[in-house]
Amino acid sequence: MDSDTHLSETTYRDALRRALDESMREDPRIIVIGEEVGRYGGAYGVTKDLIDKFGDARLIDTPISEPAIVGAAIGAAMTGLRPVAELMYVDFLGLVMDQLANQAAKIRYMFGGQIGVPMVLRTQGGTGRSAGAQHSQSLEGWVMHTPGLRLAMPATAADAYHLLRHALTLPDPVVFIEHKALYARKELVDFAAPVPPWGQAVIRRAGDDVCLVAYSRMVHVALAAAERLAERGITAEVIDLRTLNPLDMATVAASVARIGRAVVVSEGYLTAGVAAELAARISEECFDFLEDPVIRIAGEDVPIPVSPALEAAAVPDAALIVETVARMLG
Amino acid sequence: MTQRANLPLFDLYRTMRRIRSFEERVAELYVRGLSAGSMLHLSIGEEAAAAGVCAALRPADSFTTHHRGHGIFLARGADPKRMMAEIAGKAEGYCAGKGGSMHIADMALGHLGANAIVGGGIPHVVGAGLSYKHLGKDAVSVAFFGDGAMQQGILYESMNMAALWALPVLFVCVNNQYGMGTRVDRATRVTDFAARAGALGLLAESADGEDVTAVFSAAETLVAEARGGHPGFLAISCFRFFGHGRMDKSPYRSAEEEEAGRKRDPVLRARAALVTRGESDEAALDALDLAIAREMDDAIDFAAAAAPPAFDALFRDVFAPGEPAPEPLRARLDRVLAGA
Ligand SMILES: Cc1ncc(C[n+]2csc(CCOP(=O)(O)OP(=O)(O)O)c2C)c(N)n1
Ligand SMILES: [Mg+2]
Repeated sequence: MDSDTHLSETTYRDALRRALDESMREDPRIIVIGEEVGRYGGAYGVTKDLIDKFGDARLIDTPISEPAIVGAAIGAAMTGLRPVAELMYVDFLGLVMDQLANQAAKIRYMFGGQIGVPMVLRTQGGTGRSAGAQHSQSLEGWVMHTPGLRLAMPATAADAYHLLRHALTLPDPVVFIEHKALYARKELVDFAAPVPPWGQAVIRRAGDDVCLVAYSRMVHVALAAAERLAERGITAEVIDLRTLNPLDMATVAASVARIGRAVVVSEGYLTAGVAAELAARISEECFDFLEDPVIRIAGEDVPIPVSPALEAAAVPDAALIVETVARMLG
Repeated sequence: MTQRANLPLFDLYRTMRRIRSFEERVAELYVRGLSAGSMLHLSIGEEAAAAGVCAALRPADSFTTHHRGHGIFLARGADPKRMMAEIAGKAEGYCAGKGGSMHIADMALGHLGANAIVGGGIPHVVGAGLSYKHLGKDAVSVAFFGDGAMQQGILYESMNMAALWALPVLFVCVNNQYGMGTRVDRATRVTDFAARAGALGLLAESADGEDVTAVFSAAETLVAEARGGHPGFLAISCFRFFGHGRMDKSPYRSAEEEEAGRKRDPVLRARAALVTRGESDEAALDALDLAIAREMDDAIDFAAAAAPPAFDALFRDVFAPGEPAPEPLRARLDRVLAGA
């Protein structure tokens, strides 16, 4: 890294590690607790070598006991620490949903505001590795549905860094969902450049014909679609939501009101998912400006199959976005 | 309790050799880029657990496995071709190419399913045992899982229910000393797992996973007891010879530890015993090994040549045939955009 410009070629994975590293140096209350986070360095290498810097009292390897990992993080957060609990796969939310939704999310409210749960639940999801039905899902809808939880889903290395840094300063529980297919993605990051505040969406590409609203890996899929649409003379605006709670409807509504057409893109299941929520809000808030119904392009309502060809077909791709937008405008 | 005539070691050896040979080809499938992904967990070093326990089961019995279950399924009589095709994500695989290595299953052979959630399949055998008892069926259900699952709460809920209701159930912990990079003594202070099961009222035994005969005789006793309504637990100690999955080079353990662990080889030990006892000879065993190697090579060829699932398989089997199925996104978009 060039220390004057702070510009460096960084992967999403390294950006996350850098955020943990810097935050842990600044805040001695931060601990990382989870399966294989210490010596192994994380199943996807995010916490690699951090144990050498911070020791095994702050990088805590656990038995395979997810509900207790999250529950212990909650108790630690209530009594002076700032835990980062790692859930190896977002699919394991099935095991920890009580601790997350019935405990962490409700403690501040149920106890009349006496105490909060300042913790981060880091996990990763999504398709791309033929990891099968129990290791490939996009379950952000479960989290977004639950009052009391913040939810960040970075698409870029820069956001992986900044959003995690910010999450580690918040007073309430944050679920931080990374995408397994993005870890190795490299980009040039200027770590000193000013960033949009937490909770604010960014326009990744400007356009006038359709607004593509996405987050996490689907931002890149939407950008690829926008590139192909441009070849056909259609300009697509691409919004990266960055966080789903808070949700920046102001940016989305301003863009959709100007353009008059919106397509929401999500890797999560279509039915009662994040895309459904976004489409409903856009329809309510931009009704007078819409020239077409708000279209959801989301994961098929099926478990994710292991077969590579079927796995790819279970989630949106650029071709489907291009085809859909072309038909909307046709 | 009735004791069956001891199974010949030769048969147990053949089962174990087939498992090893199959697993070596799973590694090859991955290297050749033919597998569905890299999350392939080899059971090399654990063959005696699979062969010994499955030899004690009857055709009507059932079982679930963890993610490292290829060997168990083979020991039960699975067709290596269809297994390999499933691991390659092909339509001719056991689960139509939709499950893969970690979700292989076959109701015809009593395989109620492999599982990628650590501990996920354990309570299903409690339900199977409940069902057999309720329906008056003479069958036992066996849960196979790793040492890692010993720290999952659901195991204790399941063992307690099985003991409380006197179900025909056996819990089998294949303790290969590691859960990913975590050695068992870094996951718990109590590595005597049988003691935990005993505390819940199960008949609990431990067996040396290097000695297939010892595993078989312990399993035979426990399965017979389970059949009579005395559920049990068997801890089998062995060593995971290779990394957790295909990407893991095991940097967290020393070369010496690996070398010592790999000396605990149930396949070589059974082979040596067959020769020493005069039950077979090197030439006969070499011929057997070669025939098995060819069989497993054929499984790779079969998987490589098999067709991937057709696109419409994506929407099949979410619900039962004939029931309303999820509407494909494209069909939905066609409807919506036609109206727009
Ligand atoms: C609930 C759950 N937690 C974590 C994982 C990730 N994981 C997969 S296998 C594994 C280790 C399992 O160890 P063990 O039970 O000993 O089985 P082995 O791999 O040694 O056969 C872990 C942590 C998972 N698949 N499911
Ligand atoms: Mg293990």
